[in-house]
Amino acid sequence: MSRTALGMPTIRPVHGQGNLHADVDFPTAAKEEMANTQMRANIRHATHTIRGKRARVVEELPDWQELRTAGSVLKEQVMANLPELLEQFEKNFTARGGTVHWARDAAEANRIVTELIEATGSTEVIKVKSMATAEIDLERHLAEHGITATETDLAELIVQLGHDRSSHILVPAIHKNRHEIRDIFLREMPETDDSLTSEPRDLAEAARAHLREKFLSTRVAVSGANFGVAETGTLTVVESEGNGRMCLTLPDTLITVMGIEKLVPTFQDLEVYLQLLPRSSTGERMNPYTSMWTGSTPGDGPQDVHVVLLDNGRSAVLADPAGRSALHCIRCSACLNVCPVYEQAGGHAYGSTYPGPIGAILSPQMTGITAAENSSLPYASSLCGACYDVCPVKINIPEILVHLRDEDVRTRHGERPATEAQSTDEASTAAPETSAQKSSTGLAGRLFRRLPRVPSEMDVMMKGASTVMSSGRRMALAEKALPLGRAVAGRDRAISWLPGMAGGWTDERDIPAPPRESFRNWWADHAAETEDRVNQDGGFRDVPAPDRADDTDEEETP
Amino acid sequence: MSIEAKSEVLARIRGALQDTPEAPQVRRAYRRTSGRPAAEIREMFEDRLVDYKATVHHENTATLPERIAELLGTSARYVIPEGLDRSWLPGDTTGRRVLVESQTERAGTVLSVRELNEVDAVVTSSTVSCAETGTIFLSGRPEEGRRAISLVPDHHICVVPAASIVELIPEALDRVEPTAPITMISGPSATSDIELERVEGVHGPRRLDVILLT
Repeated sequence: MSRTALGMPTIRPVHGQGNLHADVDFPTAAKEEMANTQMRANIRHATHTIRGKRARVVEELPDWQELRTAGSVLKEQVMANLPELLEQFEKNFTARGGTVHWARDAAEANRIVTELIEATGSTEVIKVKSMATAEIDLERHLAEHGITATETDLAELIVQLGHDRSSHILVPAIHKNRHEIRDIFLREMPETDDSLTSEPRDLAEAARAHLREKFLSTRVAVSGANFGVAETGTLTVVESEGNGRMCLTLPDTLITVMGIEKLVPTFQDLEVYLQLLPRSSTGERMNPYTSMWTGSTPGDGPQDVHVVLLDNGRSAVLADPAGRSALHCIRCSACLNVCPVYEQAGGHAYGSTYPGPIGAILSPQMTGITAAENSSLPYASSLCGACYDVCPVKINIPEILVHLRDEDVRTRHGERPATEAQSTDEASTAAPETSAQKSSTGLAGRLFRRLPRVPSEMDVMMKGASTVMSSGRRMALAEKALPLGRAVAGRDRAISWLPGMAGGWTDERDIPAPPRESFRNWWADHAAETEDRVNQDGGFRDVPAPDRADDTDEEETP
Repeated sequence: MSIEAKSEVLARIRGALQDTPEAPQVRRAYRRTSGRPAAEIREMFEDRLVDYKATVHHENTATLPERIAELLGTSARYVIPEGLDRSWLPGDTTGRRVLVESQTERAGTVLSVRELNEVDAVVTSSTVSCAETGTIFLSGRPEEGRRAISLVPDHHICVVPAASIVELIPEALDRVEPTAPITMISGPSATSDIELERVEGVHGPRRLDVILLT
């Protein structure tokens, strides 16, 4: 395809790699996960506990909505000015003795971190829980290079010791209950014995004893960051246990991997997010510990300080004006905790590092909607809107879900070429190494599947519905069939099985029997009542236009 | 560092922003200054600390050394940063001994991590505290010391001068130097990682005594 240069280079979105893919489509994965009743009971218990706590501490703040609005607007500013803010951050972090690295994708970030660790001569690192490093599958990559990474966050440690996968943004081991955790500790920690109880206090104590020596002896730490302040070059980690402080303070070398969207413009802006984040995530007024560092400080903490700024598909998310606000996410996980779909299916069903409602909009955008089975994720929602209500930065998740469903349908119908929707990273010299590669064996097959094809049953049904509904006469005819539906439904007034076209729907759910009378018929009999009521009220009146001055918020007009 | 990676990431972002989105101005319509009297703010601070299982004490400069002696117990080696007001401390006894950390790294004045791990307690002052969230800010000033000393010992005795307590997070952040190494502390270390229930006592100090100094 040739293109005439118009002065402005057109950059095609470059998508991310790593642990961002659902390799099994969501409905299939969810069905399997839902068979695990213990997991569902654990998640139900945990999410219901946290919902109540969150609601109480949010209610306490009279200005919660003002904080949310500020949090949302500030992130809009970050996205609009991202190149300038990144360079400002780099300048300030560097001026204070830190080193800034840029990574186009997961492979590049992994390579940079590995080389930095190798340069220290250490083969062991301690890790603070970080979504970015989970996304790029850093731990596995380090292991392949002979470097052992020890997770120090309790939940991450449970996942690591249990050879398990994370299922929640904040509490990766949310799918395990205290008894299962005790069993893992007994099996994997040599210093524990049968006297260990399943009391959370005892389990926390066991983790303390297990990791103490690691904290005291390991010379290199790897962390993520919750916020990076462009104005000052300051990095921030928000945590509870003190494992973060240990990693950020005791080693000689500190390497932080941060997504490029994690910036805030000014130090003052932290006053918004440090109120929004803890109340939304753990339901606390404040998390026990927050650490901030700007480059290195002589005599205090690591002197060899690095940050890796990670793209890995974020710029591709940014390229879609209708979806880019997914980048506003501050990883609080409130949307997971209120989601009825997450509650039933659990985090593993989403495949990606980012589960739940935010994952359902973030993962397909970061990888491109045609990557692996990620096109199934935008459908993993009932669109109830609970996620939007609790989001501390007001990301309209349901709206983006619908947008992505549209993207998916249009891609399937060839309105967007699949090759463009999943542009591979041509510019990157590093080959994808993680699940992107693993799943690339079936790439040809998947691409073929996405190309224009024979209309599906759904297409036929929708086309049929469109034909019927667009004509009053045809709609009226269709409604004549209502009594037939009632006959199929039988006494329990539910249709539990339909053949053929609608069959897929009734596999999973009953369709309520059609009502005795259609709305259209009912309306024909009752439409006149509206006019009667209006007349009773004295007819339609003009409502005075709102005073424009009310709309100008703070500016006083003299 | 790869200049190529940087220029490509920036080019991708600029390409993604070709619609030149315009962000609205931020309105800081949330509370930025407190309207509450100081006594009420102090009470709120204490309430939040107790809620987090920290222990709160009220002292003046005359009663402070005795309280610190009581909290340390008769047998304790404890560390203080060089800039801490020595008049706050009790005298050493045969069982109780103070170790003074210098930030200027003179020989023998900086404890190794392992030495710190053998110390029973640490006494520091603090920069500012936020009542609404029960948060104490340390920022590496001479009376607070480097971050490791308030982290590794299992018992942190933290003095909060009453005048340094503010109600709101914006008021507190206004009072810290952004580029200093900052630690915000809200209660003893804790975790919510088991069934999302908070339990106190993990890697950071398990015992936090806060002394409100008037």
